[in-house]
Amino acid sequence: MDIQVKELIADEKQEYIINMGPQHPSTHGVLRLVVSLQGEIVKNIEPHIGYIHRGIEKMCESITYPQIIHLTDRMDYLSAHINNEAVCLTVEKALEVDITDRIKVIRTIMSELTRIQSHQLFWASYGMDLGGQTCFFYGLRDREKILDIFEETCGGRMLVSYNCPGGLMYDIHPNFQQRVKDFIKYFRKALPEYDTILTGNVIFRERSIGIGPLTLKDAVSYGVTGPSGRASGFSCDVRKHEPYSAYDRVNFNEVIYNEGDTYHRYLARIEEMRESMNIIEQLIDNIPEGSYAIKMKPIIKLPEGEYFQRVETARGELDVFIISDGNKNPFRLKFRSPNFVNLGVLNHISKGFKIADLVAIAGSLDFVIPDIDR
Amino acid sequence: MLPEIVAQNTSASQSVPWWKFFYDFSLLTQPVDVWLKGSVSPFWSTVIEMAIVGVLFLLFYAVVGLFLVYAERKVCAFIQNRLGPNRIGPFGIFQTVADLIKLLFKELIPIKNADSFLFNLAPFIVIIVNFMVLAAIPFSKGLHAIDFNIGIFYVIAVSSMSVVGVLLAGWSSNSKYSLIGAMRSGAQIVSYELSIGLAIITIVILAGSMQLSEIIEAQRTGWFIFKGHIPALIAFVIYIISSTAETNRGPFDMAEAESELTAGYHTEYSGIRFAFFYLAEYINMFIVASIAATLFLGGWMPFHVGSWDGFNRIMDFIPPFIWYIGKTFFIIWIIMLFKWTFPRLRIDQLLTLEWKYLLPINLLNVLIMAFIVLMGWHF
Repeated sequence: MDIQVKELIADEKQEYIINMGPQHPSTHGVLRLVVSLQGEIVKNIEPHIGYIHRGIEKMCESITYPQIIHLTDRMDYLSAHINNEAVCLTVEKALEVDITDRIKVIRTIMSELTRIQSHQLFWASYGMDLGGQTCFFYGLRDREKILDIFEETCGGRMLVSYNCPGGLMYDIHPNFQQRVKDFIKYFRKALPEYDTILTGNVIFRERSIGIGPLTLKDAVSYGVTGPSGRASGFSCDVRKHEPYSAYDRVNFNEVIYNEGDTYHRYLARIEEMRESMNIIEQLIDNIPEGSYAIKMKPIIKLPEGEYFQRVETARGELDVFIISDGNKNPFRLKFRSPNFVNLGVLNHISKGFKIADLVAIAGSLDFVIPDIDR
Repeated sequence: MLPEIVAQNTSASQSVPWWKFFYDFSLLTQPVDVWLKGSVSPFWSTVIEMAIVGVLFLLFYAVVGLFLVYAERKVCAFIQNRLGPNRIGPFGIFQTVADLIKLLFKELIPIKNADSFLFNLAPFIVIIVNFMVLAAIPFSKGLHAIDFNIGIFYVIAVSSMSVVGVLLAGWSSNSKYSLIGAMRSGAQIVSYELSIGLAIITIVILAGSMQLSEIIEAQRTGWFIFKGHIPALIAFVIYIISSTAETNRGPFDMAEAESELTAGYHTEYSGIRFAFFYLAEYINMFIVASIAATLFLGGWMPFHVGSWDGFNRIMDFIPPFIWYIGKTFFIIWIIMLFKWTFPRLRIDQLLTLEWKYLLPINLLNVLIMAFIVLMGWHF
């Protein structure tokens, strides 16, 4: 009897364990997934994080608020501008500063440009995860155009650090409006090309429809936000529900699908690019006059208390929570980063699928590893 | 080069103009053969001839391999809005040579707990198989190493041995990714071998012979892809799909699948051993393309239309070798386009495609072709 039980346990444990990462091409960084396989089928995934942990939250406790901006760039580097905006909005909320409409509109335009370039990179790398290498170059080709616009206005290309508490670092470049309009004109033509090469492809649809389904219930209970959550029918767009900056004065649709598989997570992002272009088009021609930065005190001290702000990054909801004890640096600063929360659902939705599907599912959740580890 | 044939042709003409060689290489090879037979004993003449052919194949192998790597980079750069290699030499044509030199000088990293004998053996098996298949391929009129009555059968038989090299590489590397890659590759090659075989059989039925030179000769009045009605066309499409799968190229590059398995079965190989696998992949592509050209597009046979004699004679002015290279590279180009435009299939979808779709269609196709040949409905 004893022997039988032992054999049974041994059989159950006959799993083929592979380490995906930390240096694996399709984990998009230094994420390590310990994957238990049975043949090709994924039985269990244990994400090991922290390979690029820099202690950003702890570092923030010892630096001033304007300095924090430069750290938030390095969290979700593809939504750098939106991360900056989150901290600035929190600080402005705490100090009860009234920022001008000009600042709000420029911030919104820049946020949407950031969202487009992030989704372009998603499209590029997702294509590559599924083996379509050409997508990568098409995506990066179009992303360059946005980065050029950023470079002209902010000086930086990816880590823009364009916000500061109380406004913006500099006014927009005189060419800004024209170039953004040119870009939208160009990208409206380029986006159907994305559909031609990937969305409509038979192999791509076979590979992604019905793979890694996430139900609405699970999406809510795991807290999956952003396009990944909205693909499961979870209406979680902070831009709609708690509008910040200039989102209350633009018309746009919240992209929602109910299927929740990788294909719809992908579609949600493609559609969001269209919505972002709509938002920019509404704002770009009527940027109000005014000052681009409110004069702040040389040393910003937040009054004692707790401050909270939600923003919608390209990957989901980023929350900033600041506890201030009245000093020039925060007593405690907490980021609720979307990627960390979205990673939690990976094991749940990819069990029972093949190892190739795991790559597709992880790709469709669109991780940025520095944002997970912070 | 068999002695009997040579004996019949001892009176081969010595005074042929040099440009005739481009149209019939046996005019060049037979006098050499005759001279060798006359000067040394038959045994040594055979040995010398084999050595010459071997050296020529080595050269050919290296040149074609390097050129294909370069061509693939240029084709993929063309699709991806890039320039591709353009620094070393005019248009970067020496880039692959430079890469090869780099790989030659790289350290062969010994793998801990790897089965070193099998580990070292695997790349050579792949290379040897390549060479053995190359031997049967007719490059031009009179330009083939061996031409025997079961030529195409020999090609199928030998080329399926390359899976041994892949499996050995995956097994002996002591790496889990390599093992998954090798197992995938094994399943894939064994399955698609069937489709390739049946597609070839369709053409063998039409040609009535397995000897490659006779298959080409039968296409003098028109290539099989045109002669064989729809079955030949179906067989051609199936052959292209399954040969792409058999050479482990995208969208069927399950064995390598760099986004899942880093590099599949050759993950652990470094330096020149890696280069062997890499070259073998491209030579494999060349081989399947030339078989496709031979079976469906007439090999070195110029484009002939039934009884248009004037047109046919104009076409004959282009040397057979040019025809052969042109057709082969056309098919290679198609296979390259597949890789750079399609995403990768999943392993179960790949096997489904073979067993549930290609194989039944193929079996039916063979029957239809047999029926057409029986009724004499082909051109």
